[in-house]
Amino acid sequence: MAQTTETRPPSPGDRASEPVSMTKPQLPGWAPALAAVVSFGLAALAGLLLGWGPAAIVVVGWIILLIALPAWSTAVEGSRTGTDRLVTTVVWSTFAIAMLPLAAVLWEVVSRGAPALNATFFTASQSGVLGEGGGIYHAIMGTLIVTLIATVISVPVGVMAAIYLVEYGKNNRLSRLLTFLVDVMTGIPSIVAGLFALALFTLIFGPGVRMAVGGSVALSVLMIPIVVRSTEEMLKLVDDELREGAYALGVPKWRTITKVVLPTALGGIITGATLAVARVAGETAPLLLIVGTFRATNFNPFDGAMATLPVLIFAEATRGGLMEYVPFQLERAWGAALVLIVIVMSLNLLARVVGTIFAPKTGR
Amino acid sequence: MSTTEKQRAEPREPELGGVSRRGDLIFAGLAKGSGLFIMLALAGVAIFLLLQSIPAIGASGEDAYGRDNIVLYIWPLLYGTVLAAIIALVIATPLAIGVALFISVYAPPRFARLLGYVIDLLAAVPSVVYGLWGRETLQGWVFPIYQWLADNLGWIPLFAGPVTTGRTILTAGIVLAVMALPIITALCREVFAQTPTMHKEAALALGATRWEMIKMAVFPYSRSGVTSAVMLGLGRALGETMAVALVLSASGVITINLISSQNPSTIAASIALNYANSSGIKTNVLIAGGLVLFVVTFAVNFLGRWLAARGQSKG
Repeated sequence: MAQTTETRPPSPGDRASEPVSMTKPQLPGWAPALAAVVSFGLAALAGLLLGWGPAAIVVVGWIILLIALPAWSTAVEGSRTGTDRLVTTVVWSTFAIAMLPLAAVLWEVVSRGAPALNATFFTASQSGVLGEGGGIYHAIMGTLIVTLIATVISVPVGVMAAIYLVEYGKNNRLSRLLTFLVDVMTGIPSIVAGLFALALFTLIFGPGVRMAVGGSVALSVLMIPIVVRSTEEMLKLVDDELREGAYALGVPKWRTITKVVLPTALGGIITGATLAVARVAGETAPLLLIVGTFRATNFNPFDGAMATLPVLIFAEATRGGLMEYVPFQLERAWGAALVLIVIVMSLNLLARVVGTIFAPKTGR
Repeated sequence: MSTTEKQRAEPREPELGGVSRRGDLIFAGLAKGSGLFIMLALAGVAIFLLLQSIPAIGASGEDAYGRDNIVLYIWPLLYGTVLAAIIALVIATPLAIGVALFISVYAPPRFARLLGYVIDLLAAVPSVVYGLWGRETLQGWVFPIYQWLADNLGWIPLFAGPVTTGRTILTAGIVLAVMALPIITALCREVFAQTPTMHKEAALALGATRWEMIKMAVFPYSRSGVTSAVMLGLGRALGETMAVALVLSASGVITINLISSQNPSTIAASIALNYANSSGIKTNVLIAGGLVLFVVTFAVNFLGRWLAARGQSKG
């Protein structure tokens, strides 16, 4: 660098004799870390002296950092880099803030839910229980039944509709309309899906109907668009050469789809379906409306109310009642929340694992 | 040549093709049927809600939850729904853009995928768990902040107070923001990823700092995409039920005071809370509320998708 400055043609004026530096001074790589340590250290010191809480210390430290680092950078590196440092700090902070609720929710659910877990919790229902005791077996079973029926309805319909879009529709008017409606359908509020199922079943069975199948219908309304979208994406990834190869061998179209296209995209389709199940397994509002809540175990999806995990959480959290019962109800709600989160997160993890295992098959 | 081949091939078609063509017909019919079934279901949602709402038009007094007519019942709820969703977006949009920038520009590429998964986990937490968390934990955290706001910034109508509970519309908005964040982030990431690498590299090569590169290359390219992401996040926040039902201590007033104990309720939360002990016309009134919610979210999502499609065809 020094050489380049010396070979520079001398500029007119009095500075011609002294070498002009072409590089601007830069803060060392550890400067942001140092600034962070100093800022939060100062805030902690002030906080300890003035008796602030930990939250206030973090906020004050963050504000000091937000001012100090850009100011230091502006002094040494110039204002443009100073602005850049400010934005970098802000962007890193947004990520930290976004992580905060996730960490807080998980911590709270685990720490308050774990004490509720024991053998009885998984094997007993709430039948005849007031206050302490009982379990959530009935709700776990209910969630499994309702979600399973919803899956049985949505996956075939969703996959077949996606096949229509990719293999048969070929961008005609019907398929464009269907794509658009599916997009809009992903935005249907869950409670509206619940009201739909309720209105449908009220028309058929009369008012005041409670039926687990109704919940499955409502969940299907939420689940089908997710399955369609993910399957559609996967089918589009399948190489056209594979299809053409099959056609060239004289294989009929439907055999080509079932024997060549679907197996190639299977991993992605399973991933999408699993994610859709994970998404609806935690839905509360539609189940609250049509499935209702029940304190004993009910295995018959066509007869009467059935407990489900999300509704049980809601019901236990809002039940109120005698003061001495409330702590037990809350503990049960947190325990059920922990079980529900474990189920949903495992499904998510499973989907990722399946997706990774089968990923090479989808090509590019 | 070709004619002889055709002649040889022609007679064979019926015997071989008969079976397979029937299979094709059935399969194609099933596929098309599934597509039509989905359309029918969506139409069914609208039609059933409409049919069940009609009896609610004349409802008044006790049937309309103490209001004179159905409009007076739904209007404050619609106000609360929109207010909570707007609070959520005001909080979530800058955060989501920041997180999306962090993942697509700032984070080390090796971690970017992993960080995307972590943000997606936020979306995986069921809404009722967020509601429980907001009701039990978050309201305790924000309560002292609200007190401070009421004491020091009470002259702003938004923070007039008096603060007696942490379960206000602002808390509900914060919980909704957490729930809308992953959606907006995911869509923004997609849009940012579509910025041509050449534009970004050209900006950096001309000596732009990273922020100047983002300002000059990434943002102009992704404006419509980000707008549509925000619209879709709004759709999610408008329709969210359980978080609001659990967090909010509502009294159905219309106010812009965000931290008092008198809070507007939302359509979805009011349906969930009142449904259990409703009967007759009252049920129809609730379903009419659901219809309004459906129409509003449909319009918002429609607009969001339309913006996204327009942005794609333009880019």
